[in-house]
Amino acid sequence: MTDAVTFCFLSQAFIGPMQVFGGGLQLAGRVRSGDVAVDLLRPASLQLWSLADDLGRAAYLFLLRSLPPTLLGAALFGIVVPTDPATWAAFAASFVLGVLIGFALRYLTALSCCWIVDDQGVQSLSLVLTLFLSGMILPLNLFPGWFGALARSLPWAAMVQLPADVYLGKRDALEALAFQAGWAAALLALGALVTRAARRKVVVQGG
Amino acid sequence: MIEVDRAGRSFTVGRGSARRTVHAVRDLSFTVGAGEFVGYLGPNGAGKSTTIKMLTGILAPTSGRLRVAGLDPTRRRTALARRIGVVFGQRTTLWWDLPLKDSFQLIRHLYKVDRMDFRRRLDELADLLDLGAFMDTPVRQLSLGQRMRGDVTAALLHDPAVLVLDEPTIGLDVVSKVAMRDFLRRLNAERGTTVLLTTHDLGDIEKLCRRVMLIDHGRLGFDGTLDDLRATAPDGESLEEVVARLYTGPPPEAPASP
Repeated sequence: MTDAVTFCFLSQAFIGPMQVFGGGLQLAGRVRSGDVAVDLLRPASLQLWSLADDLGRAAYLFLLRSLPPTLLGAALFGIVVPTDPATWAAFAASFVLGVLIGFALRYLTALSCCWIVDDQGVQSLSLVLTLFLSGMILPLNLFPGWFGALARSLPWAAMVQLPADVYLGKRDALEALAFQAGWAAALLALGALVTRAARRKVVVQGG
Repeated sequence: MIEVDRAGRSFTVGRGSARRTVHAVRDLSFTVGAGEFVGYLGPNGAGKSTTIKMLTGILAPTSGRLRVAGLDPTRRRTALARRIGVVFGQRTTLWWDLPLKDSFQLIRHLYKVDRMDFRRRLDELADLLDLGAFMDTPVRQLSLGQRMRGDVTAALLHDPAVLVLDEPTIGLDVVSKVAMRDFLRRLNAERGTTVLLTTHDLGDIEKLCRRVMLIDHGRLGFDGTLDDLRATAPDGESLEEVVARLYTGPPPEAPASP
């Protein structure tokens, strides 16, 4: 029971830094308006540039959107608090990796509007996939059979379910971190490839 | 400093049976030497901005090759960014919600400009462009003229060898325009910065550019000195009339296919 309450408060705490509901990045709007041209004038990769912006936002949201409700939840309902420092260290790493994966997925979603005129459809699809497959709506270990196994192997699982599992000590920490790191590396690499393709393919809109 | 060799850029637009290829720039060749001040003219949609986007590495060309400050812009975009300064008159590179001086600090870190060099250059630019009064003002509260001066400063803090200006005087009042032109002329004369200037304001061209290039339908229609350009017209015709005639004239001849 405490585990369930803890999961609730943790998943709430992830909403801000991991941008579970999408948003955060202004990249899609900047591609549509053509302002991305200015971003490409910087001596920095577009993906790292966007990531720096997003990490700053995540840090801010962590302080304002994650800590207060969690502390309040702990005070009012009582949540599981790990005693082992190793668990905390693993959770911190898992949390950061979750933020990275959240960024990478939103970056790819935003870049899609280099090829399609309007990204709202992709954004909505991404929102549904993220909410459902991250464990935000329903913990993934309640998903049945092969579908549950599939959901738990997709990158969205690394956003909410895995950091929570690591916190609650329900998953081998190293295995979970390796899984997250693998997805983070793969998605960021894909982001780099797509950025390159975008610069070859697309029109920078406007004057 | 700038070498463009048979560069082309085409876009595929539309879909289904309406799908077609638009050649924004085709077979464009020119070179700009160090220290030159070149005006780059052309009607709307002629391919000016596309050229600038290729020169700055924002867009990859679909054919031909370019070199700017010794680098291939597409492959070495971030290295090139440290050697060139770019001002888009219709966009800003400043941070909208931050005071002007904070934007400059961010740029210092971004371009890894040495602190002393930065201080010296910023003092000099702030003096020349008269930025003192609004250094602490958030960019969103600046007038267009102030913002443009801020943008030009931002483009020069890392002391680029080449400055690319895309309509830097658009929307500026007469006084601001004159101040901007004076500044650019001095920059070119005293620091030897190579300048490529795109504008629709022929006053900019007359006051600043020794050389003029004119692009139309994605091809270079004229390349020569300002006097050469005037000489293409009967006496008494204003520069405006000369340019208008070149803009509305037949598209430049396609070079014979190899």
